[in-house]
Amino acid sequence: MALQVVTANRLQDGRVVYLTGAGGWSERLGDGEVAADEAETARLMATAARAEAEQLVVAAYLIEVTGGPGDLEPVRYREVIRAQGPSVRSDLGKQAGWG
Amino acid sequence: MYRYDEFDQTLVEQRTAQFRDQVRRRLSGELSEDEFKPLRLMNGLYLQLHAYMLRVAIPYGTLSSKQMRKLAHIARRYDKGYGHFTTRQNVQYNWPKLEETPDILAELASVQMHAIQTSGNCIRNVTADQYAGVAADEIEDPRVYAEIVRQWSSFHPEFSFLPRKFKIAVTGSPNDRAAVRVHDIGLVMRRNQGGETGFEVIVGGGQGRTPMVGPTIRQFVAKRDLLSYLEAILRVYNQFGRRDNLFKARIKILVHEIGAEAFTEAVEEEWLQIKDGALALPAGETARIRAYFAPPPYEAIETPVRAFEAKRFEDPDFARWLRANVAAHKQPGYAIVNLSLKPEGGVPGDASAEQMDAVADLAERYSFGEIRVTHEQNLVLAHVRQADLHDLRRALEALGLATPNINLVSDIIACPGLDYCNLANARSIPIAQRISRRFHDIDRQHDIGELRLKISGCINACGHHHVGHIGILGVDRKGEEYYQITLGGSADQDAAIGRIIGPAFSADNVVDAVETIVNTYVELRRDGERFIDTYRRVGEAPFKETLYATA
Repeated sequence: MALQVVTANRLQDGRVVYLTGAGGWSERLGDGEVAADEAETARLMATAARAEAEQLVVAAYLIEVTGGPGDLEPVRYREVIRAQGPSVRSDLGKQAGWG
Repeated sequence: MYRYDEFDQTLVEQRTAQFRDQVRRRLSGELSEDEFKPLRLMNGLYLQLHAYMLRVAIPYGTLSSKQMRKLAHIARRYDKGYGHFTTRQNVQYNWPKLEETPDILAELASVQMHAIQTSGNCIRNVTADQYAGVAADEIEDPRVYAEIVRQWSSFHPEFSFLPRKFKIAVTGSPNDRAAVRVHDIGLVMRRNQGGETGFEVIVGGGQGRTPMVGPTIRQFVAKRDLLSYLEAILRVYNQFGRRDNLFKARIKILVHEIGAEAFTEAVEEEWLQIKDGALALPAGETARIRAYFAPPPYEAIETPVRAFEAKRFEDPDFARWLRANVAAHKQPGYAIVNLSLKPEGGVPGDASAEQMDAVADLAERYSFGEIRVTHEQNLVLAHVRQADLHDLRRALEALGLATPNINLVSDIIACPGLDYCNLANARSIPIAQRISRRFHDIDRQHDIGELRLKISGCINACGHHHVGHIGILGVDRKGEEYYQITLGGSADQDAAIGRIIGPAFSADNVVDAVETIVNTYVELRRDGERFIDTYRRVGEAPFKETLYATA
């Protein structure tokens, strides 16, 4: 199975976040906890569902990634754009150093 | 301009307070996302790729300088210093925080603006010809009726849960600048044989995955009957429109499935029941609304304006800008000025807070404090003295708003695409930027002439690609961005849906393909033929040949 990370948008401000190993949410994809099998993705999604119920995030889902801990890359281009910011405005989004 | 009465103002303020409470309950957990989502959508708040997005209504695309300054303020204070003007004459902010959205709505309400009915399955913001009230070719100012339709459709209880969204566009001119034939309802002001003005009614046009040019279901509806006729159409749609399939829920599908004739019969039958009821427009009320749209206090100006004519003769850059960006005004000595939001390499429709403030100032100085937004994602100052045009151009040039490219190949409509949008399959903006750079030679653009190029990043067609002379649709092919090209579309009075010319192009090749199409046209054109004229004369074969010859 391809490696996967849970992503969502933070409820309060809509910013893109990733579920971390500590059960928190980070604005950096590199901090995301990687699931490598179905049991792990189910566990991560259960954590995400709780975070949704606790008004932390909305619209959580799994994305495919490559690479290793701290150095993850999304597979789909859509997720590259979410992880970086608009490709046409390098001054905006995570690529510009903010969430 | 229309000014809110106490009812309008109260409604908007109440809605803001209501939404503030809804946001509070969402953040505290009293409302789940499933409960909250329809509420935020009713207030124009979407969740996009990077953040929330707030869509603010600009009724029939008309703004005061004061309102534009407020939009600039919101961009700076609550967003990232810019806004995006859309094909629905609205403005979108791409980075608002949920917790601050009630404050943004309160700021908007303070200048008689809101985000109501900019989303959801209701009657959306009514759009109109950006030259309304000033065009030399106009029969009558359509904004009076756009405003009447706005009032009728705002919070209309019967039409708050339609099968799908519903868009109405109005023009007062036979030369359609509002794309009325690709709207759910298009209204064209006409004069009947008795000399009375009323409306031709077009129903069931649209784009998206099933593009259609709407048929005319009535040649003439008297002004008095406008609302009752619209109500009859909406009732038939509300009752018979499909709710079982999202992709078949727009009115165009209903009109297409039962046929325009049967649809018209149903409307006429309903109309007979309600035509002389409460919706018959009292002449006094129409006159009251019309007063808001009275022409500004123009000066009596003797034409030709000598200094202006001399400048036009002396300054070729000025003359070129006049040719592309300035249109004829019905008042002698005045002109309509288009401000291009399509600079070379820019993002179509984006304006910075500084540009918005500067435009507000220029509108006050030169155009009675009024600004229009066009569905082509540009701005318009509608009442400029010819004598002021030279100075105005210089000021616009300093702001990057004087690119002389209106209706030329680089005046591209582009949806936000995959750079921002949750629905997109591919990016639109970078393609627009690369095309505008490829055709950077403005003399070449003027030589090519009128060419409407439109780009959408998915089949929902917010970028109007179906009605582009050249249309580009972004698709995802196994994770790669590809672009399908259509030719022969048109959004004006000769509306047509473009045809797919052949296999899609990669992102690397699509700009070359556009250039090949343009060069083919230049080779084939006869004197005075626009791109679309040549295409209609020769058909798609020669374009297909040059595009795919070496493939």
